[in-house]
Amino acid sequence: MIQPKKPAGREGELIVREALSVMPAPARRLFMQRGLTLGGLALLSGCDIRISSQPSIERALKAVSRMNDAAQAALFDPNRLAATYSESELTRPFPFNAFYPMSQAPKVDGDSYRLKLAGLIQNKTPWALTDLYALPQTQQITRHICVEGWSAIGRWGGVRYADFLKQIGADTTAKYINFECADGYHTSIDMPTALHPQTLLTLSYDGFLLPREFGFPMKLRMPTKLGYKNPKHIMVMTVTNTYPGGYWEDQGYNWFGGS
Amino acid sequence: MERARQIIHPRWVRIAHWLNALSIVIMVTSGWQIYNASPIWHFTFPASITLGGWLAGGTMWHFAAMWVLFANGLIYLALNVVSGRIARKFLPIAPSEVLRELGDALRLKLAHNDLSHYNSLQRCAYLFVWLDVALLICSGLVLWKSVQFPLLRELLGGYDTARVVHFVAMALIVAFVFIHLVMVALVPRSLLPMIRGR
Repeated sequence: MIQPKKPAGREGELIVREALSVMPAPARRLFMQRGLTLGGLALLSGCDIRISSQPSIERALKAVSRMNDAAQAALFDPNRLAATYSESELTRPFPFNAFYPMSQAPKVDGDSYRLKLAGLIQNKTPWALTDLYALPQTQQITRHICVEGWSAIGRWGGVRYADFLKQIGADTTAKYINFECADGYHTSIDMPTALHPQTLLTLSYDGFLLPREFGFPMKLRMPTKLGYKNPKHIMVMTVTNTYPGGYWEDQGYNWFGGS
Repeated sequence: MERARQIIHPRWVRIAHWLNALSIVIMVTSGWQIYNASPIWHFTFPASITLGGWLAGGTMWHFAAMWVLFANGLIYLALNVVSGRIARKFLPIAPSEVLRELGDALRLKLAHNDLSHYNSLQRCAYLFVWLDVALLICSGLVLWKSVQFPLLRELLGGYDTARVVHFVAMALIVAFVFIHLVMVALVPRSLLPMIRGR
């Protein structure tokens, strides 16, 4: 077993991410294009090999990424459960990961918090935390896999998301659910994953109220998706048929992000 | 004269070879990019030899080239079986010859009078690459979709172990490519048939 450790490359990447987040969109696009060249190989061979049509290569790669969304949707088995683990296998401490340092995690006031619902939902009455805590709760010990490659096993508790969607009268024939978060993050998921039995509207971590660093007041935990697909500090949930994209997805991470 | 005109590598072998070479280069260099995002051990690959610029670019290249590697490999394997080339060129392998040829190769005694014939050591090396690519694909599937392929995941010792397997299989193919290129450099006339067939 390899323990996830804080790798040397992570800090550098964090800086790049922060820089990217403050870069205006055109500069970011340019960065992506430059990044997607065979510049490394050119350096190695000592001559200036350039791909003449760089934007077209980026377009092609993005097109393949959308095809990979479809491939993953086809591979996704709505009834196949992710592996569950025993308490002795829990990763402690569970790593914090975001596009900002832990000290900048948003502070959401639990008393005044209301989960806003939007889009194709029958009952859009906002939810207070006490009402969510009153719903039937379930627990899971599952593996969180990061797109970076590391993974960690955590114990999560909360409301089965499929039950919650039923309760609010969400149109489950819609394609997407988009999540807007208190830290400015947003991401969106496909409906089959939303209805997966292990998709959890997560309110607790390791038996305790979900701590701020892991997404207080709530996160959506999906052991069938990579970490960046699991939104924290959810403020607004929108059921929609319009492709909503996402914070990282718009910058090149694959949208489906399945596991 | 008649012999010189003989096709050593049929067109489909050459196409498959170069498609494979391209996809392996992309897979390895983009894979290094992905590795660097969360290194397993205390080293990273220099950014100048990685593909994609950053993690997202690396994954985009990796998850695009994987289809080329997979489809090309499947077609190559199928054509080898159907055409009987697999039995003709890669089998049988005599273990005693492998050892003797390995000794010869290490002393740089390379007999390449007949480029259309693979000796037992070459057969071993090429069949090894087939198996290694199969292992790369299997361990890659576990990393890409560990929930959807539970049997494969458990066979490879779980998600984290599959990462190590994927890395080691990558290192082995890089070692193969290195030796392969050294051999081509030592016997340069073996390169031409892979380009023009003869």
